[in-house]
Amino acid sequence: MTPGNGEDAGAIRVEGLTKRFRSFTAVDNVTLLVRRGEVLGLLGPNGAGKSTLIRMLCGIMRPTAGCVHVAGINVVEHAEAVRQHLGYVSQKFSLYDDLTAAENLRLFGGLYGLGGQALVARVQWALAISGLDGKGDVLTRDLGGGLRRRLALGCAMLHRPPILILDEPTSGIDPMLRRQFWELIHQFAAEGVTALVSTHYLDEADYCNRLALMSAGRLVALGTPHELRYAAARGDLVRVECDAPVRAAEMLKAVPGVHDVAIFGNALHVSITNMEPEAALRASLEARGIACMSIEAIEPSLEDVFAQRLGSDSREEPAD
Amino acid sequence: MNARRTLLVARKEVTHVLRDPRSLFLVLLMPLAQMMFLGYGVNLDAKHIPLCIFDREGSQASRTLLSWFGASEYFSVVNVLRTYDESVAALDAGRCRMALVIPADFSREVNDKGKTSVQALVDATDDNHANLAIVYARAVLATYSEKLRLDYLGRRGFAHQLGPILTVETRTWFNEELENRNLVVPGVMVIVMAMVGALLTSLTIAREWEVGTMEQLISTPIKPMEIALGKLIPYFAIGLLDTALCAEIGVYWFNVPMRGSIVTLTLASSLFLVVALGSGFLYSAVTKSQFGATLVALLMTYMPSLLLSGFAFPISQMPFAVRFVTYFVPARYYVTILKGIFLKGVGLKSLAVPTLVLGLYAIVVMVQVTAILRKTVD
Amino acid sequence: MSHPGESIVAVRGLRRSFGSTKAVDGLSFDVSRGEIFGLVGPDGAGKTTVMRILAGVLTADSGSVEVAGCDVRRYPESVKSHISYMPQRFGLYENLSIDENIAFYAGLFGVSRRQREEVAARLLALTGLSRFRSRLAGKLSGGMKQKLALICALIHEPQLVLLDEPTTGVDPISRGELWHLLYELQAQAVTLLIATAYLEEAERCNELALIHQGRLLACDKPEHLKRRMAGEVLRLVTPDPRSARDYLAAAEGVRNCVLIGDGIRLVVDNAELRMPELRSLMLQTELRFSSFEQVSPTIEDLFVAGAAGLLQGAPQ
Repeated sequence: MTPGNGEDAGAIRVEGLTKRFRSFTAVDNVTLLVRRGEVLGLLGPNGAGKSTLIRMLCGIMRPTAGCVHVAGINVVEHAEAVRQHLGYVSQKFSLYDDLTAAENLRLFGGLYGLGGQALVARVQWALAISGLDGKGDVLTRDLGGGLRRRLALGCAMLHRPPILILDEPTSGIDPMLRRQFWELIHQFAAEGVTALVSTHYLDEADYCNRLALMSAGRLVALGTPHELRYAAARGDLVRVECDAPVRAAEMLKAVPGVHDVAIFGNALHVSITNMEPEAALRASLEARGIACMSIEAIEPSLEDVFAQRLGSDSREEPAD
Repeated sequence: MNARRTLLVARKEVTHVLRDPRSLFLVLLMPLAQMMFLGYGVNLDAKHIPLCIFDREGSQASRTLLSWFGASEYFSVVNVLRTYDESVAALDAGRCRMALVIPADFSREVNDKGKTSVQALVDATDDNHANLAIVYARAVLATYSEKLRLDYLGRRGFAHQLGPILTVETRTWFNEELENRNLVVPGVMVIVMAMVGALLTSLTIAREWEVGTMEQLISTPIKPMEIALGKLIPYFAIGLLDTALCAEIGVYWFNVPMRGSIVTLTLASSLFLVVALGSGFLYSAVTKSQFGATLVALLMTYMPSLLLSGFAFPISQMPFAVRFVTYFVPARYYVTILKGIFLKGVGLKSLAVPTLVLGLYAIVVMVQVTAILRKTVD
Repeated sequence: MSHPGESIVAVRGLRRSFGSTKAVDGLSFDVSRGEIFGLVGPDGAGKTTVMRILAGVLTADSGSVEVAGCDVRRYPESVKSHISYMPQRFGLYENLSIDENIAFYAGLFGVSRRQREEVAARLLALTGLSRFRSRLAGKLSGGMKQKLALICALIHEPQLVLLDEPTTGVDPISRGELWHLLYELQAQAVTLLIATAYLEEAERCNELALIHQGRLLACDKPEHLKRRMAGEVLRLVTPDPRSARDYLAAAEGVRNCVLIGDGIRLVVDNAELRMPELRSLMLQTELRFSSFEQVSPTIEDLFVAGAAGLLQGAPQ
């Protein structure tokens, strides 16, 4: 396959990408194709290699092996050229607090080489999508957390980059504003922008078209949230509401056919295979004098999926 | 007050210092470096004032006068010039601080009229040095004219042994050699102690706020006084160590005489340390960041102890308002005490007033510290 | 000592402003002994302010706060030996070792050497930190630091532990481990009050207070809250969520329609009634869809409903 601009080539194309730091392999032979207009979630525990992968995509770190094409550009060969095609929004990426919204936009627009009428028009556009129409002269520090994130997004989109990279863009923000934020992302995606979202927050992951799960530098799962949830269930997952959940959890772990028991608030999440949960679980609980209120099959949450896919991996302790 | 909790905090601080090379640097190297820089750098002395000479006559008499200037340790002749303009240029360029112009009719006037004058051009950008240069030049000229007068009288047959009728015999006490360093070193010690003291405590509190441990600490049953004392004890010990370090450098490196008693020195330094460390706590209450604390501590200690302590600029020559302000600068009293101990060798009895004032300051500062160290984040 | 059901925290009409910002604006709630109580809301909702007031390290403007039988507003120091507070940035001394950090905090609370060694050994074993006892806290990973902070907070065996956003920035695996630990503590009759902005996590608590702009939206058990929500939630999985929304958003009985990565979530008045209707609408459009089912509302759904006043029986 030759690098190209066509949709089939993928907006982000990563092949056999590897990055080694001395003996430590941060990213290990990752191959991934992100389609144009797709919102891809990149998940994984700390140290799984997410940020190393993103740094290589942005051309600020050279891979040890493999190749990366972003927006049709070979990043390894033309690291500088790729930056004009990227927009970056980070949870920590802060605009200047003591500048107004419009001043921040003009500053960053200027840094991306916009000027004159084009800049004025883009600043207007960015204010509108940030929900700050007519509020361009409000100091950034006086904006709420949600508006600030949207302003950061507007800022990153000023130079119309085809690729948007987002790092926990909506962690901790008001759910209403979060929905508006993702609405915007999907709107950009519908216009052909490709978004890569790195996050720890699984309620953020639900907003992505596809999820890539990384662990110890490898890509361990890839699919839509729905696919992952269904592929994940090794057996069935049931929710058991009963008295004394802590004691009940200990007890149920010993029941044959039960893989795992996790306490979840006032209930237990029990993963089972090949058994009639109603009969088997209720009977074991009641035999120990634990009243069982309800047992129902539930679909695994992304959190359950995550735990199942990664929980068994041996986790490395930090070096001394 | 719970002694156990206080000691716990103290022990923790010691561990921090021992494990953090940066704070060890601050504690030991900074006083040393400051003593060296300031000890050599601050020059209150007016010896070897660079002098240019424009001798319009070039006679035996004028050369004799010039050799007198050359022989004096107060001047060094850097250049002999040929035109008036050159003298002015030399002054402008800073090549000399004084230019001496000897008129073309110098010896004739002396011989005929028994009276003449020379012109001295002085660079007065530093008025202190300019005044000294003028005084020294007058002295040299006065001695020289006395000699001329005696020669003249001798030639007329008056007794050779007829000396000057009245002379002033100056004896400088306490600093016999008028050695600049003897005055500078105690002054520098004050700056160093004030600065290091304030930095040590303000940084340790600001660091705890910055890292977030302070919020945890104040959520425990510890009392503000226990935090303050727990932090004060180790840094007090370190501060005394620094005092000793500075004093040793002064005595053994800069050869400042140590005439008083070590006990008096320790007592006065202890009081001053409590003031310095305590004010560090106060600064960190104003700013909860290490950067801010450093800035405030430097501003609040360096400037006053350099400018208002009477070490660089005599308090008696300050305008009344400024002189009034110096009474509120603890460094002022410590300078008086240190000079007394090092140079005069006087005991506590003569230093009772400044020592008592320092003690009073120590109490005032510590009372403020406990009032300001509240266990809330508001 | 512990009496389940009896409240260990009682907050009434709590207010606190910073300048013109009302951080906490008339908040009331109760925490029962022995439960894991979640103070849930986005950044800026006022969670940290509440936690600090409960811990006695911040003064309130008005209202009453009773924690472990102490009037915190009047005697903020009295509460400090009974409870434990873990601020968002854990109060660990980075250049002290695990053991030294534990000993320091044990000393502050006047814990005897025997109790310290006993409790520390148990908690170190539980958290898997026993092997690293002499390692400096600064050299620990984020998850390990958090466990150490928790041990330090528990060394004096407090009745109540206040945890301010203990899982922020922590990856899901470490988060799971932490929750495992919290349930262990709960089994030992410790009451836990946890502030979190991470809504999905809120389901793990026994009781929730949803906080928005310094006010209480609702306070109940998560499963009760879900029943209190007006309407039911449906999820449609489709490769073309935008078109699906265009078709369904205006349909009868649909109150809310949110795009998600691989489909849409709809809030409808009555799932049983609307599902067949919506399904037939979808079939008419020729849009492919792989699954259409009723799902349980997420805490995010509850939050949005609460802010719109759609949680039945909600206060105010």
